[in-house]
Amino acid sequence: MIRIEERMEQSLIVKIVTKIVAILLALGISAVIFMSYGINPIYAFSTMFSKSLTPYGLSEVVTKFIPLELCGVGLIVAFKSGMWNIGAEGQLLIGAIMATWAALFLDIPDFTRLPLILVLSALGGIIWALIPAFLKAKLEINEVIVTLMMNYIASSLVNYLVYGPWKGSKEWGFPYTDKFPESAWLPIIPGTRIHWPTLLMASVAAFTVFFIMFKTTLGFEMRVCGQSRRVAEYSGMNYMKALMVSMAISGALAGLAGAGEVCGIHRRLRYASAISSGYGYSGIIVAWLSGLHPIASILSALFIAFLLAGGDILQVSLGLSAGIVNVFNGAILLSLLISEFFGRYRFRWK
Amino acid sequence: MDPITELISMVVSAGTALLLPALGEIYAERSGVLNLGVEGIMALGAVTAFYSTYLTKEPFLGLIVAALAGLLLAFIHAFISISIRSNQVVSGLALSMLGVGLSSLIGKSLIGVPLKYTIGRFEIPVLKDIPIIGGFFVQNALTYASYFIVVLLWFILFKTKIGVYVRMVGENPKAADAAGVNVSAVRYACTLLGGALAGLGGAYLSICYTPAWIEGMTAGQGWIALALVIFSAWNPLYAVVGSYLFGGVRVLQYRLQPYGFSPPLLQTLPYVSTIAVLIVFSSSRLRRRLGAPSALGKPYYRGAKT
Repeated sequence: MIRIEERMEQSLIVKIVTKIVAILLALGISAVIFMSYGINPIYAFSTMFSKSLTPYGLSEVVTKFIPLELCGVGLIVAFKSGMWNIGAEGQLLIGAIMATWAALFLDIPDFTRLPLILVLSALGGIIWALIPAFLKAKLEINEVIVTLMMNYIASSLVNYLVYGPWKGSKEWGFPYTDKFPESAWLPIIPGTRIHWPTLLMASVAAFTVFFIMFKTTLGFEMRVCGQSRRVAEYSGMNYMKALMVSMAISGALAGLAGAGEVCGIHRRLRYASAISSGYGYSGIIVAWLSGLHPIASILSALFIAFLLAGGDILQVSLGLSAGIVNVFNGAILLSLLISEFFGRYRFRWK
Repeated sequence: MDPITELISMVVSAGTALLLPALGEIYAERSGVLNLGVEGIMALGAVTAFYSTYLTKEPFLGLIVAALAGLLLAFIHAFISISIRSNQVVSGLALSMLGVGLSSLIGKSLIGVPLKYTIGRFEIPVLKDIPIIGGFFVQNALTYASYFIVVLLWFILFKTKIGVYVRMVGENPKAADAAGVNVSAVRYACTLLGGALAGLGGAYLSICYTPAWIEGMTAGQGWIALALVIFSAWNPLYAVVGSYLFGGVRVLQYRLQPYGFSPPLLQTLPYVSTIAVLIVFSSSRLRRRLGAPSALGKPYYRGAKT
């Protein structure tokens, strides 16, 4: 007979093993999908690996790591506070809109432009994130639906701007804004698309969030609110405040990611799906795969960045659609839930 | 047809795409399972219905395939939420990503393919000539079927023993268990029913309403259906009102276009309306009277103390 007992506490090794098992399970699911397309899965995975490990491939992985880490670590704050923020995608896009506004339409001295862009994009993300937080804290409205609706709204707003009032005068009718002035460009590492100031911010954010969540009273309050609203309120904590602060952090980081994409890579605003290939959604996987640990999220963001870059390669070399990335994401998340279940229990022969 | 009757007809046919998934989700949530995967299930339903109709030239077979695809995805969610009692929010989100992703993979070769065999409209003689109400009788077979499904699901939920079991399991699973109801079985059945109806909702879009496969054609309608479940206070009859209300928003979106409104801005209309509706229906007093299932989203442990 197999006896199943619940583990009192999970050791670090169990936690890590369950994550690895989940990734293998997800790769297994993807392999089945490849096979159904008549593609040899070993060929597909080896193509992903070999092309991602070239210097260009690696630089692309790091480029994608930036928005993923910014969104992902922000989402950890929200999730830990009990706020199911599915809206990082929209918060990122609003950040991109604000950055574009500051880049193209503000008449300010050149040296103030980039700092202002960063401030405004973070502010845009904050505003977009505070609306669902307020609605949840005040009116108990389901934040999953609200944040998702706001993603659709943000994406329509970007499209409205690039097809309408902000359409560039020199762009021959393409849905782009004009190119940003050089004072609005984020510096990049030569020969790559890595915008390093944002890379630095993403890395610093991981450690700062760790400090806030685990070493400060505010972080403690946010975590208690995430466990139980009732407990938080009985012990005199301000639930509304904790929720708003957590979403402000989450939104600010996603907004910065938006500035990184438009000022570091495109240097103009383009239609929504060109600005973000679902970084806000993939950020959810980054957060969950890290076990909601800010520093571990660096590893999980690198891994997801590798998958996204690999997804690009597969699209080009095997002619698969962009949906492959979504399939990876969904498969990883489902596998994580299943493997975490087995991590919760101990199996013994008796 | 006079303009008002025609308008009603358009509103009803736009609303059916929301009605089917909302009805299914009402059952899932009534039994205590929150399925956020509706959007993904609809997307997969839409593409599988289109593909199988294209291959077999049998649109009704397309409907069956879509319902089965929905059943399959919902089964994953049911297993994770009911059997291994994991996080339902995350599982539902994962399902949405998986469904949307799979639909885009499967549908890549179908973009722009015309579909000759669809579930077309037919008029019901005599009834169609009644002013205004006549709009309900110039529809396709799936919409006609939805009228019966609404009444049937309402009747089962509130007038039969099965309905009592479903509501009991969602309100107080422990009591239901003590009364000899198989909590897991009821939850599985409701979640699977929800998946099948969401799959049909997707099929409705791709082989009845638009007859085409367009990537991203569900455009958040699965999420709007989830909001409608709250709006409808978990009652199939009110879901009709909500669905046609949002069907109306969709029609308004098309009707406003010729007046010079920018299409991307008009696209925000259903999403803004969804948030507005949630705000209006959020007053906690109202909600307490309407009553969300108490055990919604909570897994059931037989031995647990709470």
